[in-house]
Amino acid sequence: MSDELEKLKAALKAAEPAPDTARKAEALARAMAEFERVQGSAEAARPMSDRPGKGAGFWTGATAMISRLTTRATLAGTASVAVIALGLAVIGPNLRLPTGARLEQETTTAPPAPATVADAPAPPSGEDRTSGLAGGRERSDAEGAVGDYRGNVGQTEADAVAPGERLALESTLEAQPAPLPQSAPEPAPMAEAEAADEAFTRNEEQSAARTAPSISGGLAAPAPAAQDVMVAPEPDTEAYPGAEPNPLKVTTEAPVSTFSIDVDTASYAVVRSSLNAGSLPPQGAVRIEEMINYFPYDWPAPGDDEAPFRTNVSVLETPWNPGTRLVTVALQGRKQAEEERPPLNLVFLIDTSGSMQDANKLPLLKQSFRLMLSELRPEDEVAIVTYAGSAGQVLAPTPASDRAAILGALARLEAGGSTAGQAGLAQAYATARGMAEDGELTRVVLATDGDFNVGISDPEALKDYIARERESGTYLSVLGFGRGNLDDATMQALAQNGNGTAAYIDTLNEARKVLVDELSGALFPIADDVKVQIEWNPATVAEYRLIGYETRALAREDFNNDRVDAGEIGAGHSVTAIYEITPVGSDAVMTEPLRYGTPEATGTASEFGFLRLRYKEPGEDTSRLIETPIGLDTGEGGSEARFAAAIAGFGQLLTGATYLGDWGWDEAIALATSARGEDPFGYRAEAVGLMRLAQSLSR
Amino acid sequence: METPDEALARAAAVGDREAFAALLDRHYDRILRLGWRLLGSVAEAEDLAQDICLGLSAKIAGFRAEARFSTWLHRVVVNAAHDRRRRAATRAKAADGWGDWEQARRAEAAEAAAAADWLGRAMAALPEDLRDTVALVLGEEMTHREAGEALGLSEGTVSWRMSEVKRHLRALAAAEEGE
Repeated sequence: MSDELEKLKAALKAAEPAPDTARKAEALARAMAEFERVQGSAEAARPMSDRPGKGAGFWTGATAMISRLTTRATLAGTASVAVIALGLAVIGPNLRLPTGARLEQETTTAPPAPATVADAPAPPSGEDRTSGLAGGRERSDAEGAVGDYRGNVGQTEADAVAPGERLALESTLEAQPAPLPQSAPEPAPMAEAEAADEAFTRNEEQSAARTAPSISGGLAAPAPAAQDVMVAPEPDTEAYPGAEPNPLKVTTEAPVSTFSIDVDTASYAVVRSSLNAGSLPPQGAVRIEEMINYFPYDWPAPGDDEAPFRTNVSVLETPWNPGTRLVTVALQGRKQAEEERPPLNLVFLIDTSGSMQDANKLPLLKQSFRLMLSELRPEDEVAIVTYAGSAGQVLAPTPASDRAAILGALARLEAGGSTAGQAGLAQAYATARGMAEDGELTRVVLATDGDFNVGISDPEALKDYIARERESGTYLSVLGFGRGNLDDATMQALAQNGNGTAAYIDTLNEARKVLVDELSGALFPIADDVKVQIEWNPATVAEYRLIGYETRALAREDFNNDRVDAGEIGAGHSVTAIYEITPVGSDAVMTEPLRYGTPEATGTASEFGFLRLRYKEPGEDTSRLIETPIGLDTGEGGSEARFAAAIAGFGQLLTGATYLGDWGWDEAIALATSARGEDPFGYRAEAVGLMRLAQSLSR
Repeated sequence: METPDEALARAAAVGDREAFAALLDRHYDRILRLGWRLLGSVAEAEDLAQDICLGLSAKIAGFRAEARFSTWLHRVVVNAAHDRRRRAATRAKAADGWGDWEQARRAEAAEAAAAADWLGRAMAALPEDLRDTVALVLGEEMTHREAGEALGLSEGTVSWRMSEVKRHLRALAAAEEGE
C-alpha cells in the first residue's frame, strides 16, 4: 500500500470516536423495545442448538433498567457506576470496604471468566489473583492518567460503592436463565448456586465490557484513548443566515424602503449563549432587529377602537454620530386580556432524535412545557407528536385540565420508541386540523435542536406544504434548543413561512420568557402579514439606512401585493425598527451629490418621510393600510427609544460597526444603563451584563 | 468460541430477543465507527447508529443466510449513510430555496470546519463515492472484493477507486506543498 493510503488509514484510526456509553445504551435499549414491538409477544424464541442451557441474560436486566431511567444525566451516572463496579472487580480485594469481602469471595469462586474483557485479569487461584490484581491496578492507574473519565476507575468513595453494588445486585436479580450466546460456553451442567455466582461475575464483566467499551479497550491498549486528544473532524454544523448589513441608501436614488416585521427573538438568545460560553457570537448569528425586539418596551398601546396595533415614531440624535438622527418606528400590539382570548389548541411536534438527550435540550424542553401548562386554561387542548427515532402521536388531544395525562406523556417522551415513521410534520398538522374549531386558535409548536428531518424531503413540497397549512389558519412556532447543531437559518425560514415565530431557548429563564410571560403574544396573533414601507423625503433626508432586518427585506412592489407573506404581530408584542438618517445639509453626509442628472428634491420640507403599514386581520385575505407622516418635530421617545438605540449599537459592535466611528463598548454600556428604565424582569440589566462580557471578550 | 454472527442473525430473524441483543451489542461500535467514517461527524454518526439499531429489528428478517452478516451489515450502514446524506443535501437545498444568503453561509461553515485538520481536508477532497470506499477498505480493512460486495460494485471498480483516492491524495499533498 502506498504512503498516502497508509497516512490516511492511520489518520482515520487515530481520530476514530469512542462510543458514548450513554448513547449506546440508549440506542440499544430503544432498539430492543422496537424489536419487541415488531416481534409482538414472541418472548420465548426458538431455542438455538448452540446455546448453553444456563446462565444469565445480563441484557434483559440492563435493558429494563435503562428503559426505566429517563435523563441522559442518569444514564451517564449508570455508566460510571458500571465503571466503578469494574474497578471493584479488579482491585476489590485490596479495598477495606464492606462489599470487598463479598466481591472477593464471588470473584474467587467464579470459574475462569469468559474473555470478553480482552485483558482483564481472570483470577483462578489465590496467587495468580494477586499478581493479576496488581497488574490490574497498574493499568487502572495508567488509565487514570489518560483521561478524567477513566480516572473514575480507581476511585473508591463509599457512596459510589453502594450504587455499584446495587447495580450488580439488580442485574443478578433480574437475570433470567436465558444465556447470552456471546461468550465462551461454560461447563454445561452447573448447580444453581454456582450458576448464580457465575452470573454475578459475568454480569460485572459484561456490564463493564458493554457499558464502557472504551474502558475495556483502554485496559488492553490505549488506542481508543486517542478520543481525548482527538483530532476528530467533527464540523460545527450550526448554520446562520449571515446576511450583509443593509447598505447606506441615497434618498434621491432610492427613496422607498420596504420590509416585513420580525418578532423572532432567537438571535438574542444565541448571542447570549455564545457570550456566556466565553466567545463572541458568529457574526451571522447576530440579527439586530431580533436583539432589539427581544426586550419588552413600554410604548403606548392602541385603544379599543383603533387598529390592532399602534404606531409610535420617534426621532433622536444618533448616539454614535451627532450629524445623523435615529428614526425609531415601533408598533405596539393591543394587549389582550387573558380571559378574553379564544381557546387554544397546541400541537407540540418534538424532535426525539438521539442528540436531543443533552440536559439543555429535551429535559429543558420538558421543564419549559411544564411551566407553560400552568398558564393554560381548562378549555385549551394539548397534543404531542414526536419525530426522528420514534414518530407518532404520543398524546392525543387532551384538555389542559388533565395535567396528569399531559405530564405523564411528557415524562415518557424519550423512553418510548415506537414506529420509526417519518410523517412528523404532516401528522402534527393533521392533529391540529382535527382539534381546530371555529373561534379557536391552533398552533403547531416545533421543538428541535436542528434536525429538520420532519418527513417531507422535497424542498418545494415542504415550502408548499407549510404555506398551505398557513392558509388553513394553523400557525407554526419553532423553538430551538442546544448548540452545536443548531440550524438557525432553517429554523427562521420555517417559522417565517409558517406564520410563526422562532425563539431559541437556552435556559429555563428564557423558556419562562418565551412560553409563559409571552404566552399571549407568542400564541395569539392579532395582525398577519405586517409590512412596513417608508418613503423618505429627499428635501430633508440626504441618506438613510435600515439597521437590521436584512433577512426581511421586501421589494417595493411587494408592499401592495397581498399574496406576499410577511411577519405576524401577537397580542402585546412590540416590534421596533430603527433607521439612521442623515438630514440634508448635515456634515455627516457620506455621498457626494451627482454631477449629472440629480432629480430635483420637491418634497415638503416639514416631514422626514411618510410611513405606510399594511396588515391583515387574522383570517382575512385583504390587507388594510395605515399611513403616518414623520414630521420634523417628532418627539424623542424617551428611555425606550434610547434603550433600543443602545441595543442597535450593541448589535453593530458585534458585527463590525462600520458606521459607529469612535463609539464603542463604554458608550454603549453607558447608554443602555442610563436608559434601563423600570426593567421589572431584569432583561435590560442582563443586556448590560452581556455588553460588559462582550467588551472584555473583544479586547 | 463465539456464536457466529450468522447464527445469531438467523435466530434474531425468527424472534430470538437475546440473539438480537447480542448482535446489537457486538456490532454497535462498528456501526458507529463506520458511520463516523462515512459522515465525518460524531453526532451524526450517533444518530445514524441509533436509527440503524431501531430499523434493524425489521430489517433483520431480510437477512439472507447465504451472505456474511458483516457484509450485509456494512451494506445496511452504507445505505443508511447515503440516505442521511441525501436528506442533509435536500435540507440544505430546502433552505437555499428560501434565500441565497444561507448557501453562502453554509459553504463557509462547512469549509471552515473541514479545514480543521489534515484528515478533514483529505476526506473532504474526496468525492463521496471514494470516501465510502476509503471508509470500507482503509477503515474497515476490507479486501477490495469484500468492499465491492458491501457497496454493490465489482472488485475491479473498488481497485480503480482506490487508485483514484491515491491520485486525489497526491494532488492534495502537492497543493499543500505549493502553499
